Amino acid sequence: MFGATEPLDTRDATSIAASAINRHVRGNDRDKAKPVSAGTADENAPDWAAVLIRIRDNRDEAAFVALFRHFAPRVKAFLMRSGADAAQAEECVQDVMATVWQKAAQFDPARASAATWIFTIARNRRIDALRKQKRPEPEDLPWGPEAEPDQEDRLGLQQETEHLGEALASLPAKQRDLIEKAYFGDLTHSEIAEATGLPLGTIKSRIRLALQRLRHAMDRK
Amino acid sequence: MTTIRHHLTDDLIMGYSAGTLPEAVNLIIATHVSLCDDCRAAVEAHDALGGAVLDATEAETLDDGCLDATLAMIRAMDAPTPRDIAMPRDAIAPAPLLDYIGGSLEAVKWRPVGMGVKQAILKTSPEATARLLYIPAGTAMPDHGHRGLELTLVLQGAFQDDEGYFARGDIEIADAELHHTPVADISQDCICLAVTDAPLRLKGLARLAQPFLNI
Repeated sequence: MFGATEPLDTRDATSIAASAINRHVRGNDRDKAKPVSAGTADENAPDWAAVLIRIRDNRDEAAFVALFRHFAPRVKAFLMRSGADAAQAEECVQDVMATVWQKAAQFDPARASAATWIFTIARNRRIDALRKQKRPEPEDLPWGPEAEPDQEDRLGLQQETEHLGEALASLPAKQRDLIEKAYFGDLTHSEIAEATGLPLGTIKSRIRLALQRLRHAMDRK
Repeated sequence: MTTIRHHLTDDLIMGYSAGTLPEAVNLIIATHVSLCDDCRAAVEAHDALGGAVLDATEAETLDDGCLDATLAMIRAMDAPTPRDIAMPRDAIAPAPLLDYIGGSLEAVKWRPVGMGVKQAILKTSPEATARLLYIPAGTAMPDHGHRGLELTLVLQGAFQDDEGYFARGDIEIADAELHHTPVADISQDCICLAVTDAPLRLKGLARLAQPFLNI
């Protein structure tokens, strides 16, 4: 009853698996932002959260162009894998990236990476476009100027995000394929039940801490 | 925040994050998450998995002019949406629910369904049904099973059934196996948001009335 009404996708599983490991070289000449994390990050990988913050705080168009060049082609691919044709996807990409610009003030680097945040906007656009529905969103958490996340929360979230990406890439192809299909909207609800329980690592407890700090910051006001 | 004892399951959290659930189910999940930071963190962690999938997706080539068209869009936009200082707008109904009941519990058009129980069906897409239930303190709901899934979120008061005690913020997830008789706590009238993906199966006489009650 829940979920996809179409039959399960029959696309070639090996090409799906291959696409997952075929991660593109990140980066863009325009963006010289240094990675904040000195840990496992690729030395040349821009810190996309920092780029988004430049958009958020300075309405920096050059930063937007850099972000667009990296994410817009992936958003288009995500929408096409989710069932949109190339023309629809192209149009939705423009909406999604314009929404990124418009709503940048809501980006919280202690709770989401740039990729995560852009994913949520693309997903909501997909629900809107394909199902003509709005997605009910949780009530916003208490938020004030003092609630600006500290650097430690940001770094921690960034590291957890990198670990999660590595964990996804190192899963057996069958499991990774299942997760990708879930997020492309290709699984019914009972099939999704089989895709759960995969290692999310400690990102959940990291986000939980960031939420606690937000609440405490508001309680002190 | 009060302590919440009954949470969402991983499959519901993942379905919400992936965006594949019916609107009514998304509504009850968003309403629970508004009250439960544990499930909020779990949803955001699953969103991070979606972000990792997006990041690992093989990029598609964009048409020429896609960037320029988008730059034209953002230049034509009004000032960006600032982040408001969020305050709960209602002590009982969290924001996502308020959007479905006309902004206030006072605006709800209740319909009596017997024994003092009232309900209001909310407008969502048809794959699943969302309803608000108002159950007078101490009242037992008819014994019922389900053909599909029934999710019940307590907004005010509490109820008890074989599965446990459910207070504000707690969500009961009942599948087709469970046959139960929830009883509202005596201390206060109980208000719940309930979502079903198939008509309830009522036992005995109540069954005759089912088509009229639309429960």
